[in-house]
Amino acid sequence: MKAIAARRHHRLAPLLLLALALALTGALYAVLAPSASGTTTASDEDVEAGKALFQANCATCHGTDAEGREGAPSLIGVGAASVDFQVSTGRMPMQVNGPQAAAKPPQFDREQTDQLAAYVASLGSGPAIPTADQVDPAQGDAANGMALFRTNCAMCHGAIGAGGALSEGKYAPNLADSTPTEIYEAMLTGPQSMPVFNDANISPEEKRDIIAFLDEQRAGSPGGTSLGSIGPVGEAVWVWVVGMGLLIASAVWIGAKSS
Amino acid sequence: MSTVNRAAGGTADYLDQRTGIGLAVKNFARKIFPDHWSFLLGEIALYSFVILIITGFFLTMFFVPSMGLITYEGPLASMDGVEMSEAFASTLVLSFEVTGGLLMRQIHHWAALLFMASIVTHMMRVFFTGAFRKPREINWLVGFVLMILGLAAGFTGYSLPDDVLSGNGLRITDGVVKSIPVVGSYMSYFVFGGEFPGEHIIPRLFTLHILVIPGLILALVGLHLFLVVLHKHTHFPGPGRTERNVVGFPLFPVYVAKAGGFFFVVFSVLALMGGTMTINPVWNYGPYDPSPVSAGAQPDWYMLFLEGALRLMPGAGTEWVVAGYTLSLNVLVPAVIVPGLLFTVLALYPFVEAWASGDKREHHVLDRPRNAPTRTASGVAILTAFGVLLAAGTNDLIATHFGVSINDITRVLRVLLFVAPVVAFITTKRLCLGLQRKDRELVLHGHETGRIVRFADGEYIEVHRPLDEYERWLRVHHQPVRPLELLPAEDERGVRRKGYRRDAFRARVSRFFFEDRVEPVTPTELAAAQSHGAHDALSAPEHGDSTLVEAVANIKPEHGGMPTGEVTRGPATPRH
Repeated sequence: MKAIAARRHHRLAPLLLLALALALTGALYAVLAPSASGTTTASDEDVEAGKALFQANCATCHGTDAEGREGAPSLIGVGAASVDFQVSTGRMPMQVNGPQAAAKPPQFDREQTDQLAAYVASLGSGPAIPTADQVDPAQGDAANGMALFRTNCAMCHGAIGAGGALSEGKYAPNLADSTPTEIYEAMLTGPQSMPVFNDANISPEEKRDIIAFLDEQRAGSPGGTSLGSIGPVGEAVWVWVVGMGLLIASAVWIGAKSS
Repeated sequence: MSTVNRAAGGTADYLDQRTGIGLAVKNFARKIFPDHWSFLLGEIALYSFVILIITGFFLTMFFVPSMGLITYEGPLASMDGVEMSEAFASTLVLSFEVTGGLLMRQIHHWAALLFMASIVTHMMRVFFTGAFRKPREINWLVGFVLMILGLAAGFTGYSLPDDVLSGNGLRITDGVVKSIPVVGSYMSYFVFGGEFPGEHIIPRLFTLHILVIPGLILALVGLHLFLVVLHKHTHFPGPGRTERNVVGFPLFPVYVAKAGGFFFVVFSVLALMGGTMTINPVWNYGPYDPSPVSAGAQPDWYMLFLEGALRLMPGAGTEWVVAGYTLSLNVLVPAVIVPGLLFTVLALYPFVEAWASGDKREHHVLDRPRNAPTRTASGVAILTAFGVLLAAGTNDLIATHFGVSINDITRVLRVLLFVAPVVAFITTKRLCLGLQRKDRELVLHGHETGRIVRFADGEYIEVHRPLDEYERWLRVHHQPVRPLELLPAEDERGVRRKGYRRDAFRARVSRFFFEDRVEPVTPTELAAAQSHGAHDALSAPEHGDSTLVEAVANIKPEHGGMPTGEVTRGPATPRH
């Protein structure tokens, strides 16, 4: 201790302290930072197969080493979750240029998707595909999920995820057919216009709560057919079509005779 | 005489001797109601209102109009343990724990939408057929006020559950009230009892919704129906239908059965909708909290035009600061001036048209819409503007469902709001005039039969079959309104006439309404047409000269009034 105290006015002491502080911050960051760079159990063969698929199907836009091109982002460090979301929902490979990539029947099967994900994950660490436990709706709290969904998601996706319009032809898609894994991955990676909700923003448990809330909606509406859950405009259409339609038909029947 | 008959007769006699009700029942039972489907539209509104009262009575048994906070515990997983107002919690209890509660709530809400839909449709029927003309202008105003009260009832009821969506609506209302210059902020504090949302608005809306507004509606419905009885019902033009009679069936037994049956039809349609189609699922929106606004947030259909106007109005550059005070034209214009204009035009239309025509006669035979081209075109133009505003209020859903850019939709609709009504006006007016010309053509030359006849000299003609007298009457009975003549600016001694400028303005308005018109065929014109087209008649001896003479006799004389040959069909009551 005495030795340190004696040297505390040494002219290199501030530099040393700075170096120590930087090292400490770095270490703390490494420990505390949200890191989903997960357990890559993928084998080398998977990575190789994924690379081959990537070269054949993705490299035209994203570059041969996934470094990105004009208009197509670099995929280094996007992680397996992003690849899994984009490829398994059919958004990638993209079919046409448009305001945003539309979901379509996926081009690759489960195994190929996993191989692509393994390859991209091998280029740099990023969010991993969530485990079955992380996305299990049964373990979530739907009421908390509803509160989170209302404040974070509903302004684009609508009150229960029926979707909504964004500017210039972009849109927030309907979540009715999204799997729990896709919902989790979308929050984690922020595809297209969607912001990233990382684990510091919405914790993994809260993500599961949101999944539980959306899963609740699949039971259907207690009031009968949901009319697309698009709100009062849907109701307006049906009151005119069914309500006024049936009643005017009845009125024509009742009034038909002498006129 | 059976016991039942004796008992009934005895009761009736007892009542009659003490109240003199017999005469009223007798008169009422013989009241004639004309047959036409469009005369039942108002009944849909009346029956929806009755159903609203029945279901609303049920709902008040369970609803708690309070903004006090409680924690909900109930069967709905997504709301269990959430803090919310008592109003919202009681709506959830009512929906999920009270037997039949959700059905009642849904019937009530569907009935509210249907109430407004049928009022608007009924109003369109009255407008397009000219049923608002003398002596029914007052009743038009009563109906107009009923429509406004219907809007108020819908709005106050929609806001009661205190969910996010209706709270957003209240927030917009708050903004609209505040946009009114000078008094706006005071009025907002007055309405909400302090800063929005406060704790008073739900109880206040509740009192309005279940007491004040339905009371006023009930009273005005009474007045509306009383005036219908007083004026007697209008009827469409047809054989035997004049300005002095009503052709139809008596209230008892025919219309008691028809109208009574129709009540159950309306109730069954509403029960079907309430039982199978979700409406206003407040559990999706959650308890009100001023921060969240979800995508797809729209009001019920009758308020959607206001939402549309707000969505169309450009925001940039429309907020002016005058002497340190903000004038929010971006809210004031779409939410106060647009509806103000629409409602003023609707309320005053009958008076404007009467002023422009100078017509002081009573009208009990309805106009065919084609015979009033400017009126029909004005109505279609108003509906077109209304339709553009509805589309604007739905712009986000149009964007997602048809895959177009919401920005483009808004830009296109901004232009259409001004262009579409003008195009609709011109097109409709031309269509009406075209249809009138077609009527003239038919009356003068008859139906095309497709029979081609060759004469000995080689000429080919198509045989036309003259109209029968009923067909002809429908096309020639109406009296065209001609524009008012403007007297000269100076009298015979060269002195400027008082009121000339007002008259000139009135004549201009009158020309706008009545200058373009197609006059119905006169008997002289018909006779002339028949004589030069005589070979048509020659080739069709089955519709020969004798029919023609009869038909001419049934055409009204040139300057108005009644057909010379009185055609009477069906039971008719004299007007008195």
